[in-house]
Amino acid sequence: MTAAESTEKKKKVKILTGNHAAAYAFRHARVGVVSAYPITPQSPVVEKISEFIRDGKLKANFLLVESEHSAAAACCAASATGSRVGTATSAHGLMLMYEMLPWASGTRLPIVINLATRSCGAPWSVWDDHSDFITVRDVGWIQFMCEDNQEIYDTNFQAFKIAEDPRVFIPVIVAYDGYILSHTMMPIKLEKQEDIDDFLPPINHHINLSNISEVKGVGPVTTPNIIKRAEGTAPGYYEFRYSLQKALENSIDIIKEVHDEFAKKFGRSYGNGFFKTIKTEDADTIIFAMGSVSAQARTVIDKLRVEGIKIGLVSLRLFRPFPIKYLREFFKGKKNIIVFDRDIGYGYEGVLCYELKAALYGLKDAPFIKGYIVGLGGRDVKSEHIIQGVHKALEESEKGEISYKTEFYGLDLDKLDFLD
Amino acid sequence: MDIVEEEFINPGTRMCAGCAMQLIYRFALKALGPNTILTVPASCLTVLHGMQGFCSTKVSVLHTPFATTGAAASGIVASLEEKGLADNICVVAFAGDGGTSDIGIQALSGAAERGTNFIYACYDNEAYMNTGVQRSSSTPLGAFTATTPGGKIRPKKNMPRILEAHGIPYVATANGSYPIDLYDKFKRARDIKGTRYFHILSACPPGWRFDPKDTIYIGRLATETGFWPLYEIINGKFVLSQPSKKFLDPAKRKDIEQYLSAQKRFSNISKQDIESYRNYIRDQWNEIKRRLENQ
Amino acid sequence: MTDSKKDYQKILASVQKPVIGEAGKTGTWSILKPIINLEKCIPVKSGKPSCYNCWLYCPEAVITRTIPPQIDLDYCKGCGICVEECPAKAISMEVVKTE
Repeated sequence: MTAAESTEKKKKVKILTGNHAAAYAFRHARVGVVSAYPITPQSPVVEKISEFIRDGKLKANFLLVESEHSAAAACCAASATGSRVGTATSAHGLMLMYEMLPWASGTRLPIVINLATRSCGAPWSVWDDHSDFITVRDVGWIQFMCEDNQEIYDTNFQAFKIAEDPRVFIPVIVAYDGYILSHTMMPIKLEKQEDIDDFLPPINHHINLSNISEVKGVGPVTTPNIIKRAEGTAPGYYEFRYSLQKALENSIDIIKEVHDEFAKKFGRSYGNGFFKTIKTEDADTIIFAMGSVSAQARTVIDKLRVEGIKIGLVSLRLFRPFPIKYLREFFKGKKNIIVFDRDIGYGYEGVLCYELKAALYGLKDAPFIKGYIVGLGGRDVKSEHIIQGVHKALEESEKGEISYKTEFYGLDLDKLDFLD
Repeated sequence: MDIVEEEFINPGTRMCAGCAMQLIYRFALKALGPNTILTVPASCLTVLHGMQGFCSTKVSVLHTPFATTGAAASGIVASLEEKGLADNICVVAFAGDGGTSDIGIQALSGAAERGTNFIYACYDNEAYMNTGVQRSSSTPLGAFTATTPGGKIRPKKNMPRILEAHGIPYVATANGSYPIDLYDKFKRARDIKGTRYFHILSACPPGWRFDPKDTIYIGRLATETGFWPLYEIINGKFVLSQPSKKFLDPAKRKDIEQYLSAQKRFSNISKQDIESYRNYIRDQWNEIKRRLENQ
Repeated sequence: MTDSKKDYQKILASVQKPVIGEAGKTGTWSILKPIINLEKCIPVKSGKPSCYNCWLYCPEAVITRTIPPQIDLDYCKGCGICVEECPAKAISMEVVKTE
C-alpha cells in the first residue's frame, strides 16, 4: 500500500444528511461561537452541534438564543470580539436576521451562515424553494448554493477561508435545498482534522475587541462625508460601502484561489468554483439553474441529447458576487439559454433569469434566454417540466419570439374544481 | 472620597448641556474601570460615543442595532469565554429606556434567562429622546411627548420588577442625581457573576423641559417624593439604599406635585393623574415596607 | 477608478479611536461660564480636599478635584449645574468669551 493509498483509507466516509454535513463542517472548522435558533428544516444542524459540544468533540460556545434576530446579533458581536463564528437558519429565520445582515457585511465580519432553503410565508410552508436565498442578494454577503451534501461540507471550509481572508473580510451564506438536501442522506468523505486545520488556519480578526488594550468603537454613526482632524482622517459611509462593493467584486479571485487550493488538497472540485458545467463542450443550448433544480436537470440532459438537441447544463454555485466575467466568457457563442428558477423576483420574473440577462447585456450575438418558474413551496420539479420547457423555449427561439409573461411548470390549476 | 480619579469620558462630547445620562455614564465607567467592553444600541449614548473615526470614551464599545443589545452582549461574553478571557473582562450593555423596555426587551430577557455574565444598564430618560422625544413604554403617566401631545394615558412599565422575575442575582435602581450611590452599586455589581440589571433614572433637560442647571435638582426630587426609590435586590434580598431610607416614613416624602410642576412636560397633567401618582407612590412604599419586613 | 491600488482593502469597518473634544471645543456652546469665588469655595477656605460637589455633579468631567478646583472652560458647556450644587454658593455664571 502506498502512502497516498493509506491516507485515502484513513479518510472517513459517513452517510449524512445535508444538515449533519453542515454540523460536521462547523466541527472540523473549529467554530468558536455558534449562536442559533431552531427552525424547520435547519433544526438538525443545531441539534447535532449541541451533541458535538456535549461530547467534547467541538470546543465551541453555543448560544441558544431566543430568536434569529438575536442569533445574528450575537454572531456579529462574537465575531467582532475575535471568534470564528457561524450559524444556520431557514426562510423566516433569515428574514428575521435581515437587519443584521448588512450590519455584518458593513462591519466586515467573517461570519458563515448555513441556509437550508425554504419558502417564505404566507401561507405557511416549511418546504423548499429559493425565495429566502434570493431575498438577501443585496446585503453584501457572498452566497453559495450547493447541489449535494459533500458540497455542503466542502463549501463551508472554503466559506470560512474566503470570509477570513484579509483581502475579503466578508460574511458568507452556504445554502442548500431544504429537505431535498437537508434531510437526505448521502455518503460524505470527512477529512482529517489536521488536514482541515492546515487548509483553514485560526482566524486573525481585523477588529478583535477581546484585545482591550486597543480601545475601539466599532460601527458608530458614520456621516456622509469623511472626517478630518489633527489626529487623522476617517472615511464616510460612502467610502465604507465603496470598499465593500470593491471587496466583493475582487473576492471572485480569492474564491477561485480558495476553491482551487481545496481541489488540489482534497481532490474535489466544483466546476471553476463559480459554476459547474455538464456536457457543455459541444452544446449550443444550455440549461441554467442552481441547487435542487440543477440536480433534476442533470437527469434529462442525456434524454434531450438523444432527440438531437446539443444541450448541456450550467449549475450556478456562486450567486454573489455574481460571476459575470466568467458567465460572459462561457456563454459567448451559445445559442439558447433556458433558465429554471425556484424563486420569483415578484413583479418581475425568476431572479436567476434576470440576473443572467443582465450579466450578458451587450454580448455580441447574445444567446436567446427564456426562463421558467418551477417548484415553489416544495412542489416537485419533474424531468418532464424541464423537457417541456426546453422544447417550448427552442420553438420560440426558432421563431424569434420573446415573451414577457412568466411561465410556470408543475401548477395543477386544471385539477382545482372551483376553477371550472 | 474613594472614587477613582481617572475619567473614561473625554471632555467635548456631543451630549446636551446638563445631560444626566452623561453623568451616569461617567460614574458607571469609573466604577467599571478599563477592563470593560461595552455594547450600546441606537440611543443618545451612540451620539456620546461620537462619529466615525474618533470616540469620546476610553473603553471599547460595540455599537449594535436597536433590538439587539442583550444579544450583542451575549455574543461578546460567548467569545470571551471561548478565549478564556471572561474572568478578566466585564461586559456591559448600556441602553436607553426605549432600547430596553420596548424594542430591546426580548433580547434582554433572553440574555437574562440564559444567565449571561454581564451588566445591563438602562438609563431611563422616559422617552425616545434621541429621535426627538417620542413616548416609550417607560414614559410616565401624564407626560407630554411628541407622540403623546395630550399626555400619556398609561403609567410607565416597571422594568426592575420584570428583570427580578428572571431570577437574576442583582437588580438595582439608581438616579443620576446620586452619583456616589450609583458608583458604589456599579462597584458591587462588577464583582457579582451572572446577569446584573440597573435601571437608572436620567433627567433630560430638553425632553422633560426644564433648565439644564436643574438636572440634579429635578432628579433628586424624583427620589425625595418617593416616586423613584433607590434599592438593590441582591440574590432576592431587598436592600433599600441609603438616600431612600428616610422615605420609608411618608411624612419625609415631598409631595409629587413638586416634582411634576418643575417640568413642563407635565404642565397639562390632570388632577386625577396627580392623584394616581400619589396612590402609586403609596402602594410602592407599602410594598417596599412589606418586603423589608418579610425577608 | 482606483481598484488597482487596492485602497478598498484598507477601508474595512468603521472603527473609532479615543480623542479629546470629539465634538470640538464644546466651550463655545455657551458664553455663560461658571466662575468660582475662591473666598467662598470650601476646599480653598478649609485648605482640605473636601466638598467637591462641583466635580461630583459635572456631567462633562471638566472640573478638577483640586485646591482650588479648576474648570476647563474650553470644554465646559455652561449648563450651570455646579452653580446650583455648590453648597457655599461660591460659583456664578458669567459672560466669558472662549475662542
